[in-house]
Amino acid sequence: MCDTCGCNVTEHHKNDDPHTVEVLEELLSVNNEQAAHNRAHFNEHGQLVINLMSSPGAGKTALLEATIDALKDEFSIAVIEGDLETENDAERIRAKGVPAYQITTGTACHLDAHMVHEALHHMPLQDVDILFIENVGNLVCPASFDLGQHLNVILLSVTEGDDKPVKYPVMFRAADAVLVTKTDLMPYMDDFDIERVKVHMRNLASDAPIIPLSARKDLDMDGWINWLRKHVDALRAGDELRGAGQGIAGHSHKRRGSQIL
Amino acid sequence: MHELSVCQGMLQQVEAIAAQRQAHRVASITIRIGPLSGVEPDLLQHAFPVARAGTVAAEAKLIVERLPIRVSCDQCGAETEATANRLLCGACGDWHTRLVSGDELLLASVELLV
Repeated sequence: MCDTCGCNVTEHHKNDDPHTVEVLEELLSVNNEQAAHNRAHFNEHGQLVINLMSSPGAGKTALLEATIDALKDEFSIAVIEGDLETENDAERIRAKGVPAYQITTGTACHLDAHMVHEALHHMPLQDVDILFIENVGNLVCPASFDLGQHLNVILLSVTEGDDKPVKYPVMFRAADAVLVTKTDLMPYMDDFDIERVKVHMRNLASDAPIIPLSARKDLDMDGWINWLRKHVDALRAGDELRGAGQGIAGHSHKRRGSQIL
Repeated sequence: MHELSVCQGMLQQVEAIAAQRQAHRVASITIRIGPLSGVEPDLLQHAFPVARAGTVAAEAKLIVERLPIRVSCDQCGAETEATANRLLCGACGDWHTRLVSGDELLLASVELLV
């Protein structure tokens, strides 16, 4: 008997003619909803959240160490670290007296909004002013996953070559700022030209600032530190944080509308 | 290779839609992808058979519609085609452009057997 209407025709309602349902949803809507939840949480607490992305070894953790040294008397900072394995990076941050939670992703090549949400439950976040999320070192996969951050900062070390934005356009298009790191090595890297990085970024229709610095040698850190101060102030003033980046993190003008803060 | 995660996320959405409509099987899933979405259609096709196993879409076909990159120029107003790492206006060459199409990652439709 048909379960639906009670008639005698078995499987009456199992019509094998397929019918099409139009959906038109973001493919990553499960992740994006979680990211929106994370962002709402950060906004409620007035916390500026920065997603740091780069290839492995570009100096994300060194940047964080130097940033903590520069700002620890001014702001309360916390860090979420993403790596495939080890607590090494979180330990380096904790050694600076700042709370850090290490996410180990196993084989996953990126963080997602659910992993970040889980990490938030392990951190004392009440009084934090700036939360840095150090994503897995990778210039491909993290570009597709909104974590709930306000801004994306992408590091490009001078040893990597100045054509990375041409090779990884999806990642670099998402940048709200590009930090050219390890500039103390510039004398040895005669084929790296910061002007070319700028041209490549403009070719991606991005007006993201390009900030050269060396975290290890504490050179030219001011541009970056002031950029951070400016965005903490903007967040506190209730301004809309409209970064230069496009793609992830609610920047897309087409689908997700303007950022909500 | 994040395409497996993307596939798994997509199947979660498809399973919810199928359950809501009391479908017993999904015949096909149609998605729309732009080159600036960061998702590679061929890798997605390879990941799909692994991800769909054991789901209501275990026998479903994945149809990928690839979308072009188009930008609109803030300077001259022209709308032109562009490439992933060169999003300049095709008419005047200016870099002040906005993306009109090309970063889509959309679940367009699902074909259900109810």
